[in-house]
Amino acid sequence: MTLLEVESLVVSYGAIRAVRGIDFALSDGECVSLLGANGAGKSSSLKALSGLMRPASGRVHFDGKPVTGLPAHEMARMGVTLVPEGRQVFATLTVRENLELGGFNQSHEHNQEDLTRVLETFPSLEARLNALAGNLSGGEQQMVALGRALMSRPRLLMLDEPSLGLAPLVASQIFEVIRSIAASGIAVLLVEQNVHRALGIASRGYVLELGEITLQGSSADLLANEHIRRAYLGHGMGEGE
Amino acid sequence: MSLQELLQQIVNGLVVGSVYGLVALGYTMVYGIVRLINFAQGALFEAGAYLGVATFSLLGAFGTRQPLVGLLIALILSALFTGGLAYVVERVAYRPLRNAPPLAPLVSSLATFFLIISIIQVITGAQPLNYPQVLSVTPWSIGPITLAPTSLLIAVVAILLMVGIHFYVQRTKMGKAMRAIAVNRNAAALMGINTTWVVTFTFMLGGAMAAVAGVLFGVEYGSVTYNMGEFYGLVAFTAAVLGGIGNVPGALVGGLTVGVLSSFATIFLPNQWQEAIVFAILILVLALRPQGILGERVAERA
Ligand SMILES: Nc1ncnc2c1ncn2[C@@H]1O[C@H](COP(=O)(O)OP(=O)(O)O)[C@@H](O)[C@H]1O
Ligand SMILES: [Mg+2]
Repeated sequence: MTLLEVESLVVSYGAIRAVRGIDFALSDGECVSLLGANGAGKSSSLKALSGLMRPASGRVHFDGKPVTGLPAHEMARMGVTLVPEGRQVFATLTVRENLELGGFNQSHEHNQEDLTRVLETFPSLEARLNALAGNLSGGEQQMVALGRALMSRPRLLMLDEPSLGLAPLVASQIFEVIRSIAASGIAVLLVEQNVHRALGIASRGYVLELGEITLQGSSADLLANEHIRRAYLGHGMGEGE
Repeated sequence: MSLQELLQQIVNGLVVGSVYGLVALGYTMVYGIVRLINFAQGALFEAGAYLGVATFSLLGAFGTRQPLVGLLIALILSALFTGGLAYVVERVAYRPLRNAPPLAPLVSSLATFFLIISIIQVITGAQPLNYPQVLSVTPWSIGPITLAPTSLLIAVVAILLMVGIHFYVQRTKMGKAMRAIAVNRNAAALMGINTTWVVTFTFMLGGAMAAVAGVLFGVEYGSVTYNMGEFYGLVAFTAAVLGGIGNVPGALVGGLTVGVLSSFATIFLPNQWQEAIVFAILILVLALRPQGILGERVAERA
């Protein structure tokens, strides 16, 4: 069943058209990757889908319902959750408060259950629950951002460059968590510069260039594609991270 | 200057300072979450005081026979109506300017301030209106100092409300939403928080506190005047800055400090100097410690 359907989506900043009419879809429980160089329009697409920005034009359907231009808090209540670029944890609130805010529209019982699960996923956060989120390392902040998103019981989790700026080992840990989230049946839209890792998790991918989708296909096809290998995987030699 | 005089001025300063703190709360909460100095706050204080007079005059003889019940009704009605007025202020004078340069909402808040005060002047005339006597004005003698029962009641109500707001901001879901918006409005929206409503609600809460302060002030001084919001609005702003604008406990600390300092000043200087003293404090704080006494402890902002 189609969970998210995007038609002719255009996102503009004044006269600058960052996203120039893209179409794509995502099924319930599917993990799809959105790839592209810096400035391609990936974050702008996610901002429009999460309700942080109103699309200039185009249509978005979620779970069969038209949701074009709905504000962010309504999208979040429908189960569309964005982990924004740069994590954006509430730096001066505690880790516990950050996680609780993720479950803002969930019942107390749900929050208690989910907090336990988040701490099982990220055991290192347990000792940091009363620390201010701003005092955590980049990796721990990404865990808070992911944990906070999970507390909202998303149906579609959108991740904007979750590995950005993390040490390789920490990034690997984050990718493993994303893999298990996807395996748990939550639909995931994964924006990454680390094409190799992203396609290792996603079943399909779209390539965005200058605001337009120029290539799409299964992860295996994209990994084998000559253009992708040259542009994103380092000179056609493959295996680079 | 005798020790007794000093103690007496401290007590007087604490009483009036607790009222300043209550008004300062509105400045500080709104600033904390939208980075706007809402100058309309001073006019909301005045509107609250006048709505209190209106309530007492509607209550008529009942208010005289049951002054404490009358006061409670006046406080509640005034807080509700002024909260509603703050809602209108936010909708009309602030929300449309949300994405405008920061100077625009600031100017708009000043215009709103003068608009409300002018309307009150037109409706009531420039004559002061009297507040009924709620409690005995016969002061108690406590050691070397004297304290009227009304004054004690005022300080207790004001301080309890401020402590209550502090816990509200720290402990409740709404308070957590306010603090989240203070840090990052977009991220708060991503959590499913209706940030527009939380901002409106913060304006309303600030307005309601200003109204309570206005009624208490009227009871303490026995009358209200059409321009009281000008001076006392700025005194409360000074209190908010002194305590650390954006900081809820800072509103209380700043209010009490400004109250005591300006009371002290009356020992050394004629009463007319009080306004000059308050503004000298404001300038000194801005120049020497712009983050205020408690600093901007951002974690507790809202
Ligand atoms: N706030 C903004 N104002 C103006 N232009 C912007 C803004 N944010 C992004 N852009 C422009 O939109 C285009 C797409 O940016 P973005 O969506 O952030 O790309 P990506 O996430 O793929 O790196 C870029 O050309 C960028 O300069
Ligand atoms: Mg980006």
